[in-house]
Amino acid sequence: MSSHDAKAMRPGAIDPPMPLAHHFDTPGQQAGSAKFGMWVFLATEILMFSGLFLAYFVVRMLYPEMVLSSHELLDKTMGGVNTVVLLTSSFTMAMAVRAAQLGDQKGVVRNIILTILFAFVFMGVKYVEYTGKFAHGIFPGKYFDYVAAGEYAREHGHVLAGKPHIFFGLYFVMTGLHGVHVLAGIGVLTWVLLRARKGEFGPRYYAPVENVGLYWHIVDLVWIFLFPLLYLVR
Amino acid sequence: MANDKEKSKSEGEPTESKVDTSRPREPSFYEAQKGWKSWAFTLDHKRLGVMYLLSTMIFFFIAGMSAILFRTELLTPQGDFLPWLNQQLAGMMGQPISIEEAAAQSGTTYNKLFTVHGAVMVFLVIIPSVPGALGNFLLPLMLGAKDVAFPRLNLASFWIYSLGAIFFLYTLFMGGLDTGWTFYTPYSTNTGTAVISATAGAFILGFSSILTGINFMVTIHKMRAPGMTWYRMPLFVWAIYATAVIQVLATPVLAITLLLLMVERTLGIGIFDPAMGGDPVLFQHFFWFYSHPAVYIMILPGFGIESELIAVHSRKHIFGYKAIALSSVAIAIISFVVWGHHMFVSGQSELAGIVFSFLTFAVAVPTAIKVFSWVATLYKGSIAFNTPMLYGLMFLFTFTIGGLTGVFLGTLSVDVHLHDTYFVVAHFHYVMMGGTIIAFIGGIHHWWPKMFGKMYHEGSAKIGALLVFVGFNTTFFNQFVMGGQGMPRRYYTYVPQFQEQHVLSTIGAYILAVGLLWTATYLLYSLRKSNDAPVADNPWGGASLEWQTQSPPIEHNFHDTPRVTTGPYNFPQIDRTGEVDGH
Repeated sequence: MSSHDAKAMRPGAIDPPMPLAHHFDTPGQQAGSAKFGMWVFLATEILMFSGLFLAYFVVRMLYPEMVLSSHELLDKTMGGVNTVVLLTSSFTMAMAVRAAQLGDQKGVVRNIILTILFAFVFMGVKYVEYTGKFAHGIFPGKYFDYVAAGEYAREHGHVLAGKPHIFFGLYFVMTGLHGVHVLAGIGVLTWVLLRARKGEFGPRYYAPVENVGLYWHIVDLVWIFLFPLLYLVR
Repeated sequence: MANDKEKSKSEGEPTESKVDTSRPREPSFYEAQKGWKSWAFTLDHKRLGVMYLLSTMIFFFIAGMSAILFRTELLTPQGDFLPWLNQQLAGMMGQPISIEEAAAQSGTTYNKLFTVHGAVMVFLVIIPSVPGALGNFLLPLMLGAKDVAFPRLNLASFWIYSLGAIFFLYTLFMGGLDTGWTFYTPYSTNTGTAVISATAGAFILGFSSILTGINFMVTIHKMRAPGMTWYRMPLFVWAIYATAVIQVLATPVLAITLLLLMVERTLGIGIFDPAMGGDPVLFQHFFWFYSHPAVYIMILPGFGIESELIAVHSRKHIFGYKAIALSSVAIAIISFVVWGHHMFVSGQSELAGIVFSFLTFAVAVPTAIKVFSWVATLYKGSIAFNTPMLYGLMFLFTFTIGGLTGVFLGTLSVDVHLHDTYFVVAHFHYVMMGGTIIAFIGGIHHWWPKMFGKMYHEGSAKIGALLVFVGFNTTFFNQFVMGGQGMPRRYYTYVPQFQEQHVLSTIGAYILAVGLLWTATYLLYSLRKSNDAPVADNPWGGASLEWQTQSPPIEHNFHDTPRVTTGPYNFPQIDRTGEVDGH
């Protein structure tokens, strides 16, 4: 990769060496292990969410009208805004990795801070959405208030069909688990930010930035599927 | 065959014992550091292996004792031992109850006992036993590496396992769980016992399992010593690799299943509970999508041990190395598409039943390839009838019975008759106990001198092996017959016609328990300080890398990174006269 070429580095760029753990022979072996481990971990994440997607499809197959009518109560605007926010944060994350590869320490720090800010915006929008749902009796499962939710639906010109508690149960589980992943992302992003501020990353050592980036893209990717499945049912 | 022989010659001359006697012995990894912190915060895969061995054995004891309790109850057709036990316990707690009251609770007590036995054996013993204990200890040694790829993750994995174990113990003290280890809905969403803490425990143990799997996969991909090509890896490593792949790909589905079950129980979202519009069969699909691959998580490491035992102790190059290695991978792949055979009578479609039945038979092919290859390895080998080999032969015998009876159960029409009878119990135990646990005990004997630098008393070990073999078969063989005659599993009381067979089973269970306790005793006794008889670094003449270092190994495993020039079964004393065919 050209970023490894010292000549390509801008003035002021930093290039700290890779700390090599005792049980590795070469930095390449260490970096390769870290990356491979991350990819395998991401496979487990996909499989875990795929269980929820399967549950969603079974429920949709069993009760198509219910899913269609229930989804009208979700706010497409807020969902759409959050989609844009997460996609943008994926971009800033990719920029952070790029900056690390170029030894641009300020760029790494700036882009990670931006990513964290977008993550908080996402969680803020989710908070507004959740509280808005709770205010109208839309709780998961057995706490679902049919009277309040039915009234709320009528006000907006919809009729709730069938067993909407299942749809909203799944909605809260799926977006909730995704939200937990966003929070975990904020945690690991902060960890990488603190290390980046100390100038630990550069062209020779950026595996942590890259791995956190991969994780963040998965969080984004899951949302890319959640949004149309839950908010844009046809 | 001629081709094979030439190839093995071109792969280089057999390894001579590489133990360098000119070098002074270095302190073993036990002596390198001292104190409790050197254990609790260790990053050394060998110490973690020893810690896993100890913890899984503690839970093996707990699960075994609960089995002894319910087997004792089954001595008679009506309930009497558990009512008596409940009455005694209540008396000890200072709240005496009448025998009638005690009898009224005892059905639930029985359910809790078999649930403890099943859940603890599956989640806390068999799944972590071979990968956690032997896998951790041996994998880097066999690959010629200094450690696993992520030592800190490895330590985290052990403590996550311990946390999961604490949740299970909490469940026990909170009055137990009565759903069976399968947590079937809607019963599990409605029963009053501690489902949440048990599923949370299993959920946490799943994390431990996933992290171990990721660690082993990366280790095998990235940490092999120079010259250690994929086809020079010991077959134990291949088996652990296939296991790790299943752990990584199946366990997340268990995690989400248990999470949904917990949410179902607390919030009642209604996807599993038919009363709320859910589908209980969906839970079974979810559960078995993990739990069928999970039985291969449990048995594949056993296969790996078996390959080592058979090859090393018959002093012959393993027959069909590549076939055994790749059949592990084949089993891992097929294991993901057979889960429906647990649901032949659960109301899935007939077509699905036929497809799952056919796919289930497909598992028999790679499994049979392994069994035939082991038998072919024994052919004209110079078999040493020492304890590891006795367990190796025992495995061939009991696992073959277990595997073949699996074909009965995979047959659609036969399964309708045998479903939920003792036949299933017997089949499962012949595979899990007669397969994995027997292989595990054999493996412990095989690598005991490597792990601890001490040798157990061979005569005692042979007595132990005999007790285990007799006890195991007495317990479970006639359960096939009982099941075929219609004795359903999980019953607290039964019709008197089965009493003789149940008595036989219980006697077998007692013999088995004595055998296992005897085994634990002489193994622990061999660790005493006064047992200072020197043990060779390579007492069995093994050719794989773990035997090329000191026993117990030094802290960094090898003085210099080994360079591998030959396969793991090219024994120095191998008979190459051509008389022994197929090497």
